[in-house]
Parts: sequence; structure tokens; C-alpha cells
Amino acid sequence: MNTKKRKIVIEPVTRVEGHGKVTILLDENKQVEQARLHIVEFRGFERFIQGRPYWEVPVLVQRLCGICPVSHHLAAAKAMDGIVGVDTLTPTAEKMRRLMHYGQMFQSHALHFFHLCSPDLLFGFDADVAIRNIIGVAQKFPELAVQGVMMRKFGQEIIKATAGKKIHGTGAVPGGVNKNLSIEERDGFLKDIDQMLAWSHGALNIAKDYTMEHLEEVKSFGAFESSHLSLIREDGAMDLYHGNLRAINAEGVTIFDQVNYQHYYKYIAEEVRPWSYMKFPFIKIIGPQNGWYRVGPLARINTCDFIDTPDAEAARQEFMALTDNLPNNLTMAYHWARMIELLHAAEKMRDLLNDPDLQGTDLILKGDRRGESVGLIEAPRGTLFHHYKVDENDQVTMCNLIVSTTNNNMPMNLAVEDVAKKYLNGAEITEGLLNHVEVAIRAYDPCLSCATHALGTMPLVVDVCGADGELLDRRTR
Amino acid sequence: MTETLKITIDNREIAALPGQTILEAADAAGIYIPRLCAHPDLRPIGSCRMCTVIADGRPQAACVKPVSDGMVIENETEELLEHRRNLIDMMFVEGNHFCMFCERSGRCELQAMAYRFGITAPQYPFQFPAKTVDASHPDIMLDHNRCIMCARCVRASQELDGKNVFQSIGRGYTRKIGVNGEKDLGDTDMDVNDRAADVCPVGCIIKKRVGFDVPFGQRKFDHKPIGSEIEEACHV
Repeated sequence: MNTKKRKIVIEPVTRVEGHGKVTILLDENKQVEQARLHIVEFRGFERFIQGRPYWEVPVLVQRLCGICPVSHHLAAAKAMDGIVGVDTLTPTAEKMRRLMHYGQMFQSHALHFFHLCSPDLLFGFDADVAIRNIIGVAQKFPELAVQGVMMRKFGQEIIKATAGKKIHGTGAVPGGVNKNLSIEERDGFLKDIDQMLAWSHGALNIAKDYTMEHLEEVKSFGAFESSHLSLIREDGAMDLYHGNLRAINAEGVTIFDQVNYQHYYKYIAEEVRPWSYMKFPFIKIIGPQNGWYRVGPLARINTCDFIDTPDAEAARQEFMALTDNLPNNLTMAYHWARMIELLHAAEKMRDLLNDPDLQGTDLILKGDRRGESVGLIEAPRGTLFHHYKVDENDQVTMCNLIVSTTNNNMPMNLAVEDVAKKYLNGAEITEGLLNHVEVAIRAYDPCLSCATHALGTMPLVVDVCGADGELLDRRTR
Repeated sequence: MTETLKITIDNREIAALPGQTILEAADAAGIYIPRLCAHPDLRPIGSCRMCTVIADGRPQAACVKPVSDGMVIENETEELLEHRRNLIDMMFVEGNHFCMFCERSGRCELQAMAYRFGITAPQYPFQFPAKTVDASHPDIMLDHNRCIMCARCVRASQELDGKNVFQSIGRGYTRKIGVNGEKDLGDTDMDVNDRAADVCPVGCIIKKRVGFDVPFGQRKFDHKPIGSEIEEACHV
């Protein structure tokens, strides 16, 4: 009997944004000792942005990502609002940015649900990979595939109308925006918004029905208790664009509330581990061991007291009833929560498109220059932190970014470990194991590098290595 | 009565005035000859060589070569177009031109020239030279990463502003724009309203705190390629 420790590697992880790798370490008894999700790309933006002028930052730093550049664009612009001494934007500027953000949230959630995760939900985790992909969805559920494409297009067009381009626009500038929404642009969107709302309801029902029909499986799949963190409006409402920080524990007890995010570093710290380029953030008063938390749709539904759009609020109440209004700690519940936000974003866009402030011409404000500022936003994948210092010559001297996926680093590792323990049959690498590990990661909609977009047909290579690094087994699909 | 000369550009006969350069005569006739260092308000120096044409069989910089009666000029031959493509390519790789986050994008003459020539990526290897940023002036920033050594700023400061803020320093590959006799731009008498702050064809000399104020769709070259204004202004 081989008593050596073993290591199983899944690389790359498919149908997530970017490149990741999973390593599963086995002990002498072939039991899972530890599972790790590695982020294998290095970006370096925090360093090479130093020396650049502050007004360039919202445009430069969004190049981190081709998937959710709007989130980086807006978080950086919010930080630069502080640098130019503007705490409150003009109504037109604030609403243009919000419309841009809801457009981003809408298209990103639609992409994730319809293109990346729907094959798992519609065909089952164990279905043949030859059909368990977006092409398979398009063949068997063509109307859903079209909806996904059209909803994504609507969100992208909103982004283009507010930011100037679908990807990497320039709409948000320090202290405001550089354009308003024309009547022609508005009318084009109003023509389609009711359809978007209807399709959002449909997507929400798919996610909800899936969860309820597979409740026993969902309850035992990557489920673990955690704290939750998000921005929250002053009255406790969900607010994806702006607010203060709230953190609750797994039982719903408040850890901190209404924290001005300019002081986030007093509450959140980051730990570095040698095997990943992704840092591990934690809540300081709890400590690095247990201070980790979840962010994103599930965390936001858990932390908020209510949602200020009626249909999404009704959906939230139904979601919370499942856990008797206590925090939901099921990894797979992310999908349902994400679709509640999709509906919320559609409702918000409808309300904004009917608001005449979007045709206003008062776009930019200036105030007294400051040397340091923080910008936070609830990106599709969770809370996004941008922190900058700018010198008297207008050059950036310090930048710290905690991107959304980083906040979910520890939860994703735990979800992988939990699933690996349940589905690993000795050291044998089964298709089922690979699928389940990926499904667990995918629930968090991680954006691992913000650089590439895998569509499910990438080769998956799994290596089994002995403790001495010797390759014992390899499987490719 | 002013004497009129006749010249031929790419087999098209046009009228020209004595003392005009080839570039001026071509502009007046609605024929665009690409240029980067030339500027209508500045003395031409024939530095960038983008406007090189074949005049009576010899390569000449159109911005400095005066016309003569009966002159035969080749402008858009495949050989000259290739020559210009190479020059554009070299300017891109000799600097650090990151159009994707440059605030002059859409208004940059180098970028617009590349688009006019259908260049989407340089054919030469990037040099990634180490360049500096001078942000010492309260209202103007000097980003040497994007300088193409056209020396418009040198001439504008001297000829239009009556100052001497900029100078060319060094030779060959290491040549760069310096701030005349001073350590940093902030030490000079440069003013944000100086013409020298307005003539830079790229994103090297930029005014602070106004970047990205013009949205997509409203930038100078968003809808028409560079040179269109000359080609459309004077249809003969």
C-alpha cells in the first residue's frame, strides 16, 4: 500500500472568469487533508499606477478586468471624487453612474446565470460535459439562451450610453460624469425595459425552483457558516452603488454597522499566503483565523434589512423565509440571491430611465483637494475596495485594491474542501469530483484574473502527485 | 497680380503660389499630405519626415520644400505609404504609448495617423524605454512616455509665447525634450494659457485635471480620419 501523501491538481478551472487551479492534498489514508484554490496570475496594478495622475485612474485601473470594468471604473471614480473634495455629486452625475452600475450588474448576473452556471442547473452536475455547456443549453433550451444574450446586450448598451463604450469607457470622471443620457438613448431603452423585467422574473423562478427542488442536496453542498459583509444604505436598504459597511455573523448578529468606508482599514485587514497571488482579507476584531467572511449576492441579501424595489423585495422575503429570516449560509443559494439582484437591477434601471434628472446638464463638481480617499462599490461579485493617496503634484503615491473575489477567497477554499471531502473516492479522480469542485467555485462567480473568459470547452488536467512531487496519475478531458 | 505656378501632385495639376511649400499648396488644393511636426502657426522644420514626397524625382519634406513651376510630385505611391507606415510604427515602439488609458486618445494625431494607415499593432518590437513624468507644474503635466520629438512645443514657446521653455536635448535615440535651463517644468515661466500647452500632437503636454472631459463620440477623430478636414475643405 502506498502510504505517501498525495496531491490532486485541477487546472484550469473551467467556466469561471480567468484562470485558477485547484489542489487537493490527501493524507496517508487517502482522505482529504486540505483543498486550495490558487490564483495563478499576477496583475501588479497597485504598483504601476504609482506616478500616474489621479484623473487617469478610473480609466487606467478598470483595465484590470474586461468582465466588470465598470465596477473598477466607478470605485476608482468614487475614490477620486474624494480626492477632488466632492462628497455629493450633482443629481445627474449620481444617477448616470447608478444607471451605469445597474447596467453592469444586470449584464454580469445574466452572463453568469445563463452562460456559465445554467448548464449545471439545467442538465445536472453529472451530465456529460459534451452537452453540459452553453452550446448544449442553446440546443435544448434555445429561448433561454436567447434571453441570456439579449439581457446581456441590454446591460451592455446601458453601459455604452453612460460610459461611452461597452467595455472600458470614460463616463465617470473625478467629481462627476462627462455625459448625460439623451432622449433618443432613453427612449430606446424604455422600449425594451418591460421585457427585461419579465425575463428577470423568469430567471429568478428558475433559480428559486432549482433550489427548492434540490434542497437536500443544496443544504449539504459546500454549505458552511460564515460572516457576511456588504455596503448598506443608512436606512438598512440594499444599495449596490453607495452606503456604509455592515458585517454580520452566521447567526445574523451585527459585528459592525454603518461604518464609513473611508476607515475600512480599521476594520478589515489582509493576510498573504505563499501559494496564491490572492490575499485573504479578514475582520480585524475576529482575527485572521476566523475573521473571513462572504461577499456578493448572498451576503448582500443576508445583510440588508430590505430592498427598495417591490418585486425584488418580495423575492427577498421569500428567500429569507427559507431560513426563518436568519442568514442563509448555503453556497448554492448564491444563484437564487444573484437572480433577486438581477431583478432589482432591472427595476432600478426602469425607475432611473423615467427620471428626468438623467437629461440634466450639471455634470461635474469641484471641491477642496484632499490627499487620500477610498472608493467602495458593490460589484457583481461583492464589495470592491479602492484606496488611493495622491500627492500635491496630482500623482498617485499609494494604491490598495481589495477586489470582490478576494473577499470570497476563504469561502471558496472551504467550499472546495467541503465538496472534495464528500465526493473524493479514495485517490481516484472521477468526473463527478471534477464537476462538483467546479460547481462549488462557480457559485461564487469568481473573477480570478479579470483577463480571460473560459467557455467550458477548455481542457481540464488533473494530476495526482506524491508528496515528493512525483506524477502518479493524470487525467485529461 | 500674383503670379500663379502650376504643379502636379499624383498626376493632378493644381495651382500654387510662389513661396508656398508643397504642403501649403497641397492643403490649399484639398490634397492631404500626412504630417506630425508641421503646424499651421509654426515655422516648419522637416523633423518627423511623415510628409516626405518625391518632388522631381527626389525625396523632400513637403513642409519645408518650396514649390516651383512645373514641379511633379508623388504623394500616395505605395513606396511612400510604406515609408510613412514605418515611421508611425517606429514612433509607437520608441515611446510608451498606451492609448487605452491616455486622455488624448481620440484626439491624438499619432493615434489618428495610425488609424488612417490601418495600423492596429506595430510591426517592430516595443522598446519600452524608461521615461519620466514631470508633474511639478501646478497646471500642466509633461509625460515623456508619449513624446514623439516633433518639437512643436519648442517652436510655440519661442515663436508664439515669446518664451524659451522647451529645448531639444541630446542626440539620436536618446534625444528628448528638456525644460530650458531649469530642473522641472514647475520652475519655468510656462503658463497654462501659453500656446505651447496647446500644440502637442500627442498626450505628452497635457493640462491637469481636465482629462476625459470629452465623451466618446465627441472627440476630434471619433468620426472622421485625420486629414479629412483638409480633404473636405477644398473640393476642386
